[in-house]
Amino acid sequence: MSETNGHSEKKRLTNPPKTVEIRITRREKIGAKQYTETFELPYRPNLNVISALMDIRKNPVTKDGKQTTPPVWDMNCLEQVCGICTMIIDGRVRQACSALVDDLLVASGSNAITLEPMTKFPNVRDLKVDRTPMFEHLTKVKAWIELDGSYSLGPGPHMSQEVQQERYAYSRCMTCGCCLEACPQYHEDNYIGPQAIAQARLFNMHPTGKITIDDRLEGLMDDDGITNCGNAQNCVQVCPMGIPLTRAIYETNRDITVNALFGWLRK
Amino acid sequence: MASKGLKIAVVGGGLAGLAATMKIAEAGHDVDLLSIVPVKRSHSVCAQGGINGAVNTKGEGDSPWKHFDDTVYGGDFLVNQPPVKAMCEMAPEIIYLFDRMGVPFSRTKEGLLDFRRFGGTLHHRTAFAGASTGQQLLYALDEQVRKFEAEDKVKKYEGWEMLSLVMDDYQVCRGLVAMNLQTLELKAFQADAVIMATGGPGMIWGKSTNSQVCTGSAISACYQQGAKYANGEFIQVHPTSIPGEDKLRLMSESARGEGGRVWVPKNPGDTRKPQDIPTGERWYFLEEKYPAYGNLVPRDIATREIFQVCLDGMGIGGDNQVYLDLTHIPAETLTRKLGAILEIYEMFVGDDPRYVPMRIFPGVHYSMGGMWVDFEQRTNIPGLFGAGECDYSIHGANRLGANSLVSCVYGGFVAAPSAIDYAKNVERKNTETNGIFDAELRRQQEINDNLIKQTGSENQYKIHEEMGKVMTDNVTVVRYNDRLQATDDKLVELLDRCKHISINDSNLWATQAVPHARQLQNMLQLARVVTLGALNRNESRGAHFKPDFPERDDENFLKTTIAEFSEESPILSYEAVDISLLEPRKRDYSSGKSKAAAVNDKKDAAKIVVQGNEEKPEGVSRESITEKEGENIREGETFNEEKN
Ligand SMILES: Cc1cc2nc3c(=O)[nH]c(=O)nc-3n(C[C@H](O)[C@H](O)[C@H](O)COP(=O)(O)OP(=O)(O)OC[C@H]3O[C@@H](n4cnc5c(N)ncnc54)[C@H](O)[C@@H]3O)c2cc1C
Ligand code: SF4
Ligand code: SF4
Ligand code: FES
Repeated sequence: MSETNGHSEKKRLTNPPKTVEIRITRREKIGAKQYTETFELPYRPNLNVISALMDIRKNPVTKDGKQTTPPVWDMNCLEQVCGICTMIIDGRVRQACSALVDDLLVASGSNAITLEPMTKFPNVRDLKVDRTPMFEHLTKVKAWIELDGSYSLGPGPHMSQEVQQERYAYSRCMTCGCCLEACPQYHEDNYIGPQAIAQARLFNMHPTGKITIDDRLEGLMDDDGITNCGNAQNCVQVCPMGIPLTRAIYETNRDITVNALFGWLRK
Repeated sequence: MASKGLKIAVVGGGLAGLAATMKIAEAGHDVDLLSIVPVKRSHSVCAQGGINGAVNTKGEGDSPWKHFDDTVYGGDFLVNQPPVKAMCEMAPEIIYLFDRMGVPFSRTKEGLLDFRRFGGTLHHRTAFAGASTGQQLLYALDEQVRKFEAEDKVKKYEGWEMLSLVMDDYQVCRGLVAMNLQTLELKAFQADAVIMATGGPGMIWGKSTNSQVCTGSAISACYQQGAKYANGEFIQVHPTSIPGEDKLRLMSESARGEGGRVWVPKNPGDTRKPQDIPTGERWYFLEEKYPAYGNLVPRDIATREIFQVCLDGMGIGGDNQVYLDLTHIPAETLTRKLGAILEIYEMFVGDDPRYVPMRIFPGVHYSMGGMWVDFEQRTNIPGLFGAGECDYSIHGANRLGANSLVSCVYGGFVAAPSAIDYAKNVERKNTETNGIFDAELRRQQEINDNLIKQTGSENQYKIHEEMGKVMTDNVTVVRYNDRLQATDDKLVELLDRCKHISINDSNLWATQAVPHARQLQNMLQLARVVTLGALNRNESRGAHFKPDFPERDDENFLKTTIAEFSEESPILSYEAVDISLLEPRKRDYSSGKSKAAAVNDKKDAAKIVVQGNEEKPEGVSRESITEKEGENIREGETFNEEKN
């Protein structure tokens, strides 16, 4: 994924197994008990987790031959850009659509793959979770530019390629929630989390967005605000879009200090 | 103010739906915004390449008129010209607006917006944000709409699927019925007007470049309730997609825009790795046949050429694959300009396209056809509007790259005031809405109940696969009448088999089986419209190609196909096309650009041809390229060893 590693080498599955086992942690509905079911499908090259799930959905029979309900999961783009299919795969939070079965088998050295729902969000059913809080956090930090209106007013402000590229990196956040899943400080929505902080940063960096920086920083200074971050840096390691989350946290903290000294807190 | 606010329902939160929502909220009215997925996860995020607008920052003398000419010409003249002209005139404003909203568009050294070249034009007209333009544009609108949501102007219903319209006794649309996808609860939404912005129907082909919610189901429901569907047979097959098990992933046209070259080994049996095949033994068939446009011929032409080359057994190793090669461009330039899309290839195939030519094949991508709308985005049903990929109005017989995003925003921006205007001025007759909402709710509940009760041996996912296969085989690049007829017969058979589907999910909470079964039947109805529209159009135009009728036939077919629903079979009729601004001329990209319209200046033409070549890396000597290739060959070998 990194921009610089160029032609990275990839391990290929040299000796594919005959079958792949998919172990799915299931739940009938919110509040019901979780349980595991194991499915088995013939190995094919070029499978990803989504196509394996599609196979199972078509004919939901467990490895032991028990007819069961089709597993439920979310998917849309299948290109790792909508963020919806995020789940925990072999213990790691990531997108199911970009999880290639070959890679998983190479990494685990087995023929089994485990799928679990994310744990930090309400589990709707099976692998489906409800990430509404993440969108609410965006409202809280006012992650937008205040426009006079959407009518024709000419171009936006000039911007250097450097600033553009820095902002571009933040703008790719797809609200997938990997960072929150991995963050040791985030439980039951007690902390606004790195995703919202990074999105605040995205707009604070924009020449027009800067004008309302105080409003955004204010959204980060409540009990659930930025001070909850323990700097564990787990978030940045799991972010599939390579968003510089710890840098956003650092720079936002700096902005808050500056504002505390000279800004609205003084008023 | 709040007292006399209107309530407008917008179905779909992609670019078009959000554009409309923002405009309505800004005008002070209330919006109920429905979407299957959270709007920020709509299909529009997939758009990679960019958005067109003749801002003319490169001293090329570009203008909205030329953009208009390219669009109409690219669409093979099967398009009402006035709305296209209006869109091209609005396009620069749209780009500037997104710039003001904070979209991180790529910049020039001076700090201005940068533009790239896309297929079907000779100008740098495409603004882009890295290689994830759709994502960035959608997010910008999502942010603005979130602001209005915070002000209670917009109420979002995410995780709700629109099932049907609510019509009054005068066949006027008064709202809709939708289903909560967690509880399967049905709810009626009353509205002064309804705007459909539900995107394209790619899932009809099983695998396509579209996202999973792009079923066209909602528009099919409107069609089955009386909305006209236009030009259904015009389906764009993108020349460059990456074949996959679950979907066809797009390799954006920007790969060609940045200098990507399409080739096959001159000897199809050549077993060497692509990097080892010397230039002289490669066949750059697009460059050879279309010297002016080279690899940047419009999509339908590129698709057909690639398809044909493979049909003739010239594909790589005789397979349905050709090379799309970027390896002559410095890796670091590629990373900067195309990073995101190259990552997609690397992520899903495992090879790094900066060093290994990509393998690609055409894939179903976009529907030019859609719900019929007039120049104000009104459908034939009073109170119902359409915008975005789900309407038919802009792209004619073929869409140019980067023209969809702009048409979606334009459609939303026109539909919003148009719907407001309608809602303000409509005179309601006496009957009002007594009982119509309850009646529609009951009708939809019955459909659900019957589906859940239904038993039989059919598997809905198998039927979907069969539909996808028959449509892909027969209703894509090359079309024959006997096969089209056979396809329709098959679709009728599949519709019948839908009656014997048993829902294989006994747990109805958040089940995906019930919604999918409903979508499947709607997809089949729409598939018939596409197929029969194609069968009846005995000519070749844009994306619609029949070897038995290889020429465009303006006399008989410069007409919009209109389909209206009936139980037995769609009823087709034809409508004249408004060609009041540009005289139709032959569409021919093969010889220079004098015929290719837009630019009249011969000198310009020469410059452009040169420019085509100049897209090979500047300042990189042949040696340094070879060096890189050498490096790459070594790694390439390791790859293959490990693979076997
Ligand atoms: C891979 C790819 C790359 C592309 N790249 C480009 C490009 O570079 N430039 C360009 O101009 N175009 C591009 N396109 C085309 C462009 O992305 C689409 O045409 C455009 O995004 C469609 O936007 P939309 O607003 O009409 O619909 P969508 O973005 O598809 O949104 C549809 C919305 O409707 C909702 N919906 C659907 N059905 C229902 C229902 N029954 N009830 C409730 N809600 C419903 C969905 O949830 C979603 O919110 C690309 C397309 C693909 C597939
Ligand atoms: S750095 Fe902060 S936000 Fe990131 S994982 Fe650690 S505690 Fe969480
Ligand atoms: S910051 Fe990264 S991990 Fe977190 S939501 Fe955004 S894309 Fe996902
Ligand atoms: S389906 Fe969109 S990220 Fe996986």
